[in-house]
Amino acid sequence: MLDIENLHASVNGTDILKGLNLSVKPGEVHAIMGPNGSGKSTLGHVLAGRPGYTVTAGKVTFLGQDLLELETEERARLGLFLAFQYPVEIPGVSNMEFLKAAVDAQRERRGEKPIDAVSFMKTARETCKAVDLDPVFLKRGVNEGFSGGEKKRNELLQMMMLQPRLGILDETDSGLDIDALQVVARGVNSMRSPDRAFVMVTHYQRLLDFIEPDFVHVLAGGRIVRSGDKSLALELEARGYAWLEEEVA
Amino acid sequence: MSQEHIDEAISREYAAGFVSDIESDTLPPGLDEDVIRFISARKGEPDWLLEWRLEAYRGWQQMTEPKWAHVHYPPIDLNAVSYYSSPKSMKDGPKSLDEVDPELLAMYEKLGIPLHEQEMLAGVAVDAVFDSVSVATTFRGKLAEAGVIFCPISEAVHSHPELVRKYLGTVVPRKDNFYAALNSAVFSDGSFVYIPKGVRCPMELSTYFRINEAKTGQFERTLIIADEGSHVSYLEGCTAPMRDENQLHAAVVELVALDRAQIKYSTVQNWYPGDAQGRGGIYNFVTKRGVAHRDSKISWTQVETGSAVTWKYPSCILRGDNSVGEFYSVALTNNFQQADTGTKMIHLGKNTRSTIISKGISAGHSSNAYRGLVRMSPKAAGARNYTQCDSLLIGDRCAAHTFPYIESRNPSAVVEHEATTSKVSDDQLYLCQQRGLDAEKAVSMIVNGFCKEVFKELPMEFAVEAGKLLEVSLEGSVG
Ligand SMILES: Nc1ncnc2c1ncn2[C@@H]1O[C@H](COP(=O)(O)OP(=O)(O)OP(=O)(O)O)[C@@H](O)[C@H]1O
Ligand SMILES: [Mg+2]
Repeated sequence: MLDIENLHASVNGTDILKGLNLSVKPGEVHAIMGPNGSGKSTLGHVLAGRPGYTVTAGKVTFLGQDLLELETEERARLGLFLAFQYPVEIPGVSNMEFLKAAVDAQRERRGEKPIDAVSFMKTARETCKAVDLDPVFLKRGVNEGFSGGEKKRNELLQMMMLQPRLGILDETDSGLDIDALQVVARGVNSMRSPDRAFVMVTHYQRLLDFIEPDFVHVLAGGRIVRSGDKSLALELEARGYAWLEEEVA
Repeated sequence: MSQEHIDEAISREYAAGFVSDIESDTLPPGLDEDVIRFISARKGEPDWLLEWRLEAYRGWQQMTEPKWAHVHYPPIDLNAVSYYSSPKSMKDGPKSLDEVDPELLAMYEKLGIPLHEQEMLAGVAVDAVFDSVSVATTFRGKLAEAGVIFCPISEAVHSHPELVRKYLGTVVPRKDNFYAALNSAVFSDGSFVYIPKGVRCPMELSTYFRINEAKTGQFERTLIIADEGSHVSYLEGCTAPMRDENQLHAAVVELVALDRAQIKYSTVQNWYPGDAQGRGGIYNFVTKRGVAHRDSKISWTQVETGSAVTWKYPSCILRGDNSVGEFYSVALTNNFQQADTGTKMIHLGKNTRSTIISKGISAGHSSNAYRGLVRMSPKAAGARNYTQCDSLLIGDRCAAHTFPYIESRNPSAVVEHEATTSKVSDDQLYLCQQRGLDAEKAVSMIVNGFCKEVFKELPMEFAVEAGKLLEVSLEGSVG
């Protein structure tokens, strides 16, 4: 579903990704780990098409299309979702209005009419419950004054409402209490299906106890330097990254 | 959002920019006493009104253009302006809608103005001022039943001279300021409204203004009198064709709310703003003011998206005890537009209250200033004001300014002022786009959210219109 070949990308003239390869098939869950500043979030933004992130070489195919040719919003409508490491606030725009506009944008691409308000509200309320957010959050401004953990759960809420083909979760587990971590895990697990895949960026093996990954990759210096199964995460937890970075050097 | 996106979004075309092909009677440019006599004679005005105009003209000659506003434009040659233009076919005035020039009606259709029966069912009575002449006032019968007078002011001069003479110039004196004096000298038409004691006007009253002729100024004058205990809601809409040269619009609006009366005055102003390079557009220099007597309320709501240069401060003189003044404003500037707008709340009576909610949105290279005065006079014991003044910037080539003036001469008066400035950030747009929204939709959603508090004050059918207008004015502005 997602094929990344020799991806090079820069931000503000600084090269961050330096020849990254990754292949994700439908139904799979990939975990990406790696030191701070190694380029994990950059990868997510490059895939999502964040303005200012320049691809200097390489190729990315998503669902058979040349992903890098598509506008940011087209990538999203095609089913690529990025849960942000640092969700931004949009004061004055209610979560509900925002979610409905997002859902309708996807429907429009599929040639469907906007969702009717009643069934939308019903789904939104149920999904709130699933991510353990009070439905009053639907009426508040997007992320406006939300706590760190609430913002993360709000990202999950959006992902569950949009039902993407590929979910990229950038440290959605960071800053969550243990109950909230379970909520996120339950949400992701409930969405796992043979035609959907996840790429989860995390620093903690803990998350992987709840969401079992098919692959674990280590991103360092802008490249995937090691891939393995779940046991790689345990090894990293025990030994840190220094030995890997040395090996690569 | 990238700069190209911003540029593209800002470059939306002006939808009301057609010119109507209507034969008209236009006075050659220039202003002197003869022009004023001509205008007055053309309208068959009584001598007192001619004298009133001439007095204003003589005062105006001694005055100079105000320079304090935060706007910049080349000197206006007031002798190159024509002070009177009326559609030719209207010379004898239409008696009913059937007599109105079909071209005119077609034009109003284009503007989406509800002149015809089916739209009248919506309960909107419309007075349409085309260039300088009021062409049709709908729904008079129903209003007459309630005793409401709603007609062109030129007609009221004849049909209700006592009311016009009693109130004209009492709220905005003839020599109030340069543009008000000019208007007093040359005003050609506008709306007149009188709501009798205790009457709730049975429908929204509405006026649409349009400047059509090239090189014409529009100087309309509106006078609304709400007698004791009456209620009225009035809406004005404005558009003008696209022209390369600038055109002058200098209106005066006077509101009188007698004891316990309530006047709600809403404006959706979409005068041609000029093109993306800043050529053309309307110079909008307007004086709007209301006097609120005991226990009365005056509420100004405005959505301003048009004009090249705007200079406008709808104000309330809270003369009577317990009177209330409100000002809700959305002012949007794009491209090279400049706006200096705000309000004055003059608290004279005891326990008077005022609320000011101002939302300024700047995009492109535009400049948007809020200028507000809150004055608590020594007698205004227990008076209160709350001001909230928010600016939203789109892109990084525009500017927002806030000039609040507070003069409190009564220790028991309370004045609260809050101001914020925010930016539609690239990160917000990116978030929206990552969720599948295009940049234009995202900006319009953010801007509408920003304006929510003001839109909810508009009469319902116009709140939708205002939302759409913002969307059109912004398309391309931030992505
Ligand atoms: N706008 C920018 N200008 C310059 N450098 C940037 C910019 N954005 C990111 N970088 C740099 O790119 C590198 C990779 O950043 P990125 O956010 O992808 O790291 P990360 O792997 O997600 O780290 P963390 O685990 O701390 O979240 C960092 O060195 C960062 O400072
Ligand atoms: Mg990161």
